[in-house]
Amino acid sequence: MTGVAATLAVARAEGRSALIGYLPVGFPDVETSIAAMVAIVEAGVDVVEVGVPYSDPLMDGPVIQAAVDAALRGGARTTDAIAAAGAVARSGAPALVMTYWNIVERYGVDAFAADLAAAGGAGLITPDLIPDEAGEWLAASDAHGLDRVFLVAPSSTQARLQATTAACRGFVYAASTMGVTGVRASVGDAAAVLVARTREVTDLPVCVGLGVSNGAQAAEVARYADGVIVGSALVGALAEAASPAEGVAAVARLAAEFSDGVRSGRRQPV
Amino acid sequence: MQTSADASTAPPGLTRDESIGRFGPYGGRFVPGARVAALDLLGAALRTAQADPEFLEQLAALHRTYTGRPSILTEVQRFAGHAGGARVLLKREDLNHTGSHKINNVLGQALLTQRMGKTRVIAETGAGQHGVATATAAALFGLECVVYMGEEDTRRQALNVARMRLLGAEVVPVTTGSRTLKDAINEAMRDWVTNVDSTHYLLGTVAGPHPFPVMVRDFHRVIGVEARAQVLDLVGRLPDVVLACVGGGSNAIGIFHPFLDDADVRLVGLEAAGDGVDTGRHAATITGGSPGVLHGARSYLLQDADGQTVESHSISAGLDYPGVGPEHAFLHDIGRAEYRPVTDVAAMDAFKLMCRTEGIIPAIETAHALAGVLEVGRELGPDAVLLVNFSGRGDKDVDTAARWFGLVSGDDLGHAEQVKAAEPVAESDGAGW
Repeated sequence: MTGVAATLAVARAEGRSALIGYLPVGFPDVETSIAAMVAIVEAGVDVVEVGVPYSDPLMDGPVIQAAVDAALRGGARTTDAIAAAGAVARSGAPALVMTYWNIVERYGVDAFAADLAAAGGAGLITPDLIPDEAGEWLAASDAHGLDRVFLVAPSSTQARLQATTAACRGFVYAASTMGVTGVRASVGDAAAVLVARTREVTDLPVCVGLGVSNGAQAAEVARYADGVIVGSALVGALAEAASPAEGVAAVARLAAEFSDGVRSGRRQPV
Repeated sequence: MQTSADASTAPPGLTRDESIGRFGPYGGRFVPGARVAALDLLGAALRTAQADPEFLEQLAALHRTYTGRPSILTEVQRFAGHAGGARVLLKREDLNHTGSHKINNVLGQALLTQRMGKTRVIAETGAGQHGVATATAAALFGLECVVYMGEEDTRRQALNVARMRLLGAEVVPVTTGSRTLKDAINEAMRDWVTNVDSTHYLLGTVAGPHPFPVMVRDFHRVIGVEARAQVLDLVGRLPDVVLACVGGGSNAIGIFHPFLDDADVRLVGLEAAGDGVDTGRHAATITGGSPGVLHGARSYLLQDADGQTVESHSISAGLDYPGVGPEHAFLHDIGRAEYRPVTDVAAMDAFKLMCRTEGIIPAIETAHALAGVLEVGRELGPDAVLLVNFSGRGDKDVDTAARWFGLVSGDDLGHAEQVKAAEPVAESDGAGW
């Protein structure tokens, strides 16, 4: 069982959803971003998504766009994300690198996989890669024992769900709505329906992301999903802080609130 | 579509499979899973439409009665005198309604939008030409229209913003990233995934995920199909060289594609080299870029060591894009087409020459192709026949040209700005319209 699957299994054994937290490396600076990732693990986050800043983040809403923009202006590099994944792993939680595909192609798919595995990273979440285009990554992730998380969405046909989940290892990322990342007033019913549809075609854990903004929403999603993915809300907490130290403290407090949320949301039997 | 670049003749790894939008290693779909259903729907609608005589006749009738097709072929002898005496034939896409080739694609996609039962179109635009064309088609078809335009570009092309608003479109300035065309595409893609049930993304070039490169090309093939017959009619043989400027590459692929099987016809794409490819300030994606993934497809792009997109530079807003259509990348790699850089200076020299020798003001994009005509004509000499896609008219570029050539003094321009600025404008968001 891979790192992420083992962690999700532990949460499942505890009768709860796992909490997965996204932060981009390099925001507000590399050191602070890594400190924040470690802090959210200590606050109860089970798996960290280490975001790689990208110039054209077409699946992200305004909060993450602004953060990765700032990270790039600050000089964040791909290698910083690999190093951050290592730091997260040493703090006791599996780290999945969340990256747009060109970053990996440019680095070299096998080289990226090798370096990530060597650093202790668990795998990749690839928001703009579908299995149809992923031949090289499927081979590299097999060769280096890495998880690979692809995304499904409410628009995915049953055939598409089948093909996508068949290529996943670790978990399946269910995008709760048709849209981009960002905090929302409610997560909506589409997510629960999508999770149910996804479970029809796979035994892998199904984790829900996009729009989870507070502990209550996390609790709601935790009732039906194996994992709750939180991104923009955490990034927003870092962005609004007056100093890096306050940012780390704020993001840890928010992570603790989400952690309480997933622990209060009673899992329905799968 | 079978071509000479098919499996039978191409080297291994360089075969095309248009059913999945693959041109060798290029093209494909590098998109979030959420977009796949919409792309599949679009691909199916396109295939059905292209096999439906009624659709094809609808589009042809629109081109006859609205676009002004077929566009004429103009032989330019005085200009040709500067191009080694070669025969130079202009395919006059500048005479189309809205002033460029863009309308060919826009009308095709607008018809498809209707067939898919969608009521809203969105588009990206750099200089504003594609935005204006899309707003035009939206007005004609009664579709809601939103155009995303980088904030920098809305300032540089204020007149086109006004034009789009006159036509009833909403223009949204994009304030993220570099605030230019590539960010406008990102924003349009975000809108599309959010509103996909009601909305068609009317992409303006042969880039993006499958089926966009194939679809946009097919709607522009009319340029090459007409031109091929017109040249045969006029000259009695095929041209030696077909030339076109390449930004995203839609006008070039439109005129190249019907000649792909004519092995003796050279295809030359002219890329915008800005200050020069070696200065780093350019938009010559194939000449100065490298393979990678941008905006949903693999192709050549301008990127740094980490794969971050690098900003492009060109005097021509329409060519100022750090990517290029995947079919061009493929045609380059298999050697079927060649791509050459043209600097701002060379393009503007050709621009001036066309104005002075023929009384035709080209778009600055088109002037890059004309610079290529001068270069290739001088290489080949008087026996050669050169066909060039005269992709757009230069009305929109008069201000840029006036500054470039110093035709009006800085004081005059400043005064004009002051006069304009002094006129009362109650609203600048189109609300007063």
